[in-house]
Amino acid sequence: MYVYADNAATTSLSPRALEAMLPYFTEIYGNASSLHTPGQKAAEALQKARETVAKAINADFKEIYFTGGGSEADNQAIISGAMAGARKGKKHIISTAFEHHAVLHTLKKLEQQGFEVTLLDVHENGVVTPEDVAAAIREDTALVTIVFVNNEIGTIQPIAQIGAICRERGVLFHTDAVQAVGHVPVDVRALNVDMLSMAAHKFHGPKGVGALYARKGVPLVNVIEGGQQERGKRAGTENIPGVVGMAVAIQEATENLQADMEYVTGLREKLIAGLSKIPHSRLNGDRQQRAPGTVNFCFEGIEGEGLLLWLDAKGVAASSGSACTSGSLDPSHVLLALGLPHEIAHGSLRLSLDAHNTEAEVDHILKVVPQVVDYLRDMSPVWDELERGVTPHLI
Amino acid sequence: MALYSETVMDHFQNPRNVGEMPDADGIGEVGNAVCGDIMRMYIKVRDGIITDVKFKTFGCGSAIASSSMATEMIKGKPITEALELSNKAVAEALDGLPAHKLHCSVLAEEAVRAAVKDYYDKQGIAYDPAVFGCEDCAKAHEHDHAAGEA
Repeated sequence: MYVYADNAATTSLSPRALEAMLPYFTEIYGNASSLHTPGQKAAEALQKARETVAKAINADFKEIYFTGGGSEADNQAIISGAMAGARKGKKHIISTAFEHHAVLHTLKKLEQQGFEVTLLDVHENGVVTPEDVAAAIREDTALVTIVFVNNEIGTIQPIAQIGAICRERGVLFHTDAVQAVGHVPVDVRALNVDMLSMAAHKFHGPKGVGALYARKGVPLVNVIEGGQQERGKRAGTENIPGVVGMAVAIQEATENLQADMEYVTGLREKLIAGLSKIPHSRLNGDRQQRAPGTVNFCFEGIEGEGLLLWLDAKGVAASSGSACTSGSLDPSHVLLALGLPHEIAHGSLRLSLDAHNTEAEVDHILKVVPQVVDYLRDMSPVWDELERGVTPHLI
Repeated sequence: MALYSETVMDHFQNPRNVGEMPDADGIGEVGNAVCGDIMRMYIKVRDGIITDVKFKTFGCGSAIASSSMATEMIKGKPITEALELSNKAVAEALDGLPAHKLHCSVLAEEAVRAAVKDYYDKQGIAYDPAVFGCEDCAKAHEHDHAAGEA
């Protein structure tokens, strides 16, 4: 048995999305900006996709800008918010310490251009409080950008309350909802957001396509200059197969949302209960306030990459906050933001389930993870010292 | 996984000489848990020959594979030869390591030297401290980390 438990990294393409996409590669290949019939057929498909995506998040179709993915949407939202503020002399941005790098690196760049960035504490449970946001807002705050569902630990942030505060204080609010759309209810009106980013491949759509929701009246700045596509806000020939697939996938995901959430949450609870039996392990992030499918654990005395390689060999595709996998030697910035010490943060495992996973698969995970953890602990000098009492257990 | 060569994966999945050695003649431990890797190496020495080696490693796949390979390369060899084991030789024997994993082979070289130094110290065998140049080793290690993060 091989279990794919890395759905927060990417998901399989929905067969219905694939089927809907195929004609747009071969038969209806026109450029949506062309006046001839093949072009206009493509333009119709684009419009239909825009309406479907808008409806799924309770937006108007004019508020949807298709992009090349979630990172691009994050970049454009943050740069747009920053520039809108700068025009009024506001150069302060509020975010959190555990954002995705698409957000953090964009903020870093803005800092170099004279913006001041406040990264809020995410507390031990990985949840920002609306009070923290309210306290951080200043006269010169241009933008608040806060992740909806954290990609590594799965904690859900109180977006609606934060949005209400931002609206009251007249500050633009963006949320990186890449891990949220298709997995938890997302209604841009109820959430009080001005901008929201999403990526199709996180909800069984194709890779390389995403969208930025920008509420009517929010002034967007281009990150890609060129033609007049996307109402002049995102140049480049439209990815018609991509947006068609994205629309089918988001429709499927939202139609089945309640049932899928209940089912996946059940699997997740079983997984958490099983993994919690491993001694000196720790669930990272709030126990309740989390996405249906995401589980993140630390196991003391071992390092995450070895764990992942062994799990792969034993039939489980998982992920780790461990730096080794990402090419950097620093442990996960997300786990460090929770206040975990480096030596604990190195031994992390993220398992992300979705509605395609089965209970038998969770059983398989629960069979192999303890085996691999035991094996690696047995060869670990760190575990040896913990067990001999040379160094104290931290978890 | 294509990240590692077949040799690395073989040594990771079937590590040679893994375990402890209660009656070791020399024990070397290098690295730290904060950085994400620690290697502990045990050696048994008879008449200047390393007759047995064991290791324990906390670290990624390449750290475990590097430890395993290093133990194979020094087992049955004269201690003087073990001291000449370079990180480059370990990495080459593993059919290469990704650039950001080369520090794992450095750690393996350091672990061997630390075990030999411990053996010399315990036996009261005189040696030239410059041979071990541990401060330089530590610096090289840190340097590698900085390079890996770039």
